[in-house]
Amino acid sequence: MKALWRSGEPFVWLTGGALGIALIMVVGLVGLVLVNALGFFWPSEVVRVTLSDGSALTGQVAERESVPGRPGQYRVKLQVGNRDLVGADFVWADESRITTRERPRDVVAVERTEWGVLIGTIRELREDGRVVASGPAVWEAARPRLAEAAHVRAEIRRVETGEIGTINRLQERIRLAMRRLELRGTTGGAEIDALRAQATALQARYAQQEARLTELRRRQTASLVVVAEGGKEKEQPLSQIVRVSFPNRMGLLAKSGYYAARVWEFVAASPRESNTEGGVFPAIFGTVMMVMIMSVMVTPLGVLAAFYLREYARQGAFVSVVRIAVNNLAGVPSIVFGVFGVGFFIYFVGGTIDRVFFAEALPTPTFGTGGILWASLTLALLTIPVVIVATEEGLAAIPGGAREAALALGATKLETTLRVVLPAVMPSILTGLILAMARAAGEVAPLMITGVVKLAPSLPLDGVWPFVHLERKFMHLGFHIFDVGFQSPNVDAARPMVFTTTLLLLGLVVLMNAFAIVLRNRLRRRYASAAV
Amino acid sequence: MTPDVSVVAGLRSMDADTAILESAMVEIEHLSLWYGTKQALRDISMSVPKHRVTAYIGPSGCGKSTLLRCLNRMNDLVDGVRVEGRIRIGGTDVHDASVDVTELRKRVGMVFQKSNPFPKSIFENVAFGPRILGVRNREDLAGIVERSLRAAALWDEVQDRLADSALGLSGGQQQRLCIARAVAVEPDVLLMDEPCSALDPIATAKIEELMLELKASYTIVIVTHNMQQAARVSDYTGFLLLGELVEFGVTRELFTNPKNRKTEDYITGRFG
Repeated sequence: MKALWRSGEPFVWLTGGALGIALIMVVGLVGLVLVNALGFFWPSEVVRVTLSDGSALTGQVAERESVPGRPGQYRVKLQVGNRDLVGADFVWADESRITTRERPRDVVAVERTEWGVLIGTIRELREDGRVVASGPAVWEAARPRLAEAAHVRAEIRRVETGEIGTINRLQERIRLAMRRLELRGTTGGAEIDALRAQATALQARYAQQEARLTELRRRQTASLVVVAEGGKEKEQPLSQIVRVSFPNRMGLLAKSGYYAARVWEFVAASPRESNTEGGVFPAIFGTVMMVMIMSVMVTPLGVLAAFYLREYARQGAFVSVVRIAVNNLAGVPSIVFGVFGVGFFIYFVGGTIDRVFFAEALPTPTFGTGGILWASLTLALLTIPVVIVATEEGLAAIPGGAREAALALGATKLETTLRVVLPAVMPSILTGLILAMARAAGEVAPLMITGVVKLAPSLPLDGVWPFVHLERKFMHLGFHIFDVGFQSPNVDAARPMVFTTTLLLLGLVVLMNAFAIVLRNRLRRRYASAAV
Repeated sequence: MTPDVSVVAGLRSMDADTAILESAMVEIEHLSLWYGTKQALRDISMSVPKHRVTAYIGPSGCGKSTLLRCLNRMNDLVDGVRVEGRIRIGGTDVHDASVDVTELRKRVGMVFQKSNPFPKSIFENVAFGPRILGVRNREDLAGIVERSLRAAALWDEVQDRLADSALGLSGGQQQRLCIARAVAVEPDVLLMDEPCSALDPIATAKIEELMLELKASYTIVIVTHNMQQAARVSDYTGFLLLGELVEFGVTRELFTNPKNRKTEDYITGRFG
């Protein structure tokens, strides 16, 4: 026994075991996310089951589990869709009560912009209330019309959010300009007249776009009649159809195409149905932009602070206390940073900016409310200890000889710092930045009170001057996960979104980190590997 | 500005017949130095002759490095240092208020015990000093770098990889690179603080050879632990003990015929 202990083997087992447990937990978590997320977009077949009481259900099998309290018995969760017809998307069916199962070939799954998926069989195609096609000919007739409908829908959306949105913002700008003049006591004169003329011109532009919208809407006349389980008929306007598929007819190739289309929609489109369907593009955009603004803020600040602490401050009790305080800052609950962000950045700084520069808009706040700038600043504050600590460690690792050598050559302290110390500490700074970015991308709590919203009407970066709108609220993947998972009205439909969004956020963090790591390694290689 | 002051080298402890008339580059008068309350140098007076190699020897902690670092005021970087007495280099008092310490250090180059190249390319290491002096022209810099590397007998080994990191060089090469870096700004005096203590015998021999070549252009002051080295390369040697300059004189004289009992004990290995 003693010999065994002296051999050191048990300690090797202990260390290996610790690493093993850590790995199992990480791999398990990532695996769980992967399995749940990757399978979600794969089209599952639609089954029609008849129950022992004679009723029938048609839907996609979403889940299978053992019945609680009755071992050996299972039940399946069917996504029957047709929320507008039957009330609930999902129905549980005990397998003991299922008498027959079949896979009807003609069953169709229609994804819609509203009310979720519609499952049934196509009966006919109508245009202006007249039947254009029925029976097997419907699909051939409907396909070009579906493409046309999608095109019109995109056009309507472009007009609504692009053209009319711009007009609205310009009108608001004119209103504010007039209000500003009014605050100064000007109620008439050339300036006001000019603004009024602009407003009239905008009104004309608006009327034009409005007419165009009406025109476009008039073209949306076609509809598809679908018979749902139980014989109920639903006349579904083509304008609200996102995608039509025949899950039981699809081969592997068709399924792969469907999968790719769904994945693309997920990363590139805006959310629908209170975020439970559609894509998460605004959230990806908001997350990346917020992390970038945060990086731009936190890096110079943290690096400069670390330089003062290590290079200039007289090392003593006070500096030690400051250093401990900075390290402990990393242990403050993130929500506390959020509260500080609300109190200091939003109310104090933002409120002051509003009073000084945006007085005409009050009482509507401009910067005095949550926005991407304040959220980024709050996170910069949260992550600054990480950058300071990493930079300080890097500075401590630079051999003192390098500084002495530069000074002995007649360089000033500033020249030494900028030309010798800063390049040498660059890899450590990037390490700090990597850690800060990973932390910031996953943080949710402080964002909830400093500017993240469930659904942001516009991105913080767009084509309207001044292009970058730091005062705007934004969407964030981390908050999206919370919102979809816990605040959603349709939990069953939303749950897969939680996993896919988590996977996406993970991927995003890995991507941003990979970029920073490549950059750091390139810097390291330039300064060779030999021990200093 | 360098008055051709002829002084007797080794003012103390030298007989008139062994005294050699040399032109002094560095003159130290009654120099004392304290780290806080601890006195590290006690009333040292001597002069370092121009274009000669002068060595300081002595046991660890005797103050020889401290004395060396007084010459380019590197001791200023240490907290709580107090200096009394005068040091003149080329006739200028280095502690004079009008002296810019960075200017002084450009005239008094230094090579350290541990080779300390910057984590930059070989070229940038040598070009660092000239760049600080304001040389911007790429061709001028290339010329200075080549001349300095040739002066440090390193050119043939590195001319094909000037853009590579200096940290990839061997220990001896790194130390010669540090010498090239120091001579690139053309100082009057070159201080070397135990430059070979971390090197193998072959690299040490190369550096010693180099010192003998460099003394044609520079005044060299070297601190060494190694008495054989002092005997081989130096023209003058000073023996320090507990912050005092016990004996200073022509190297051959000091090693063969020491005037002071303590010097004799040290060089014969009775302590140290």
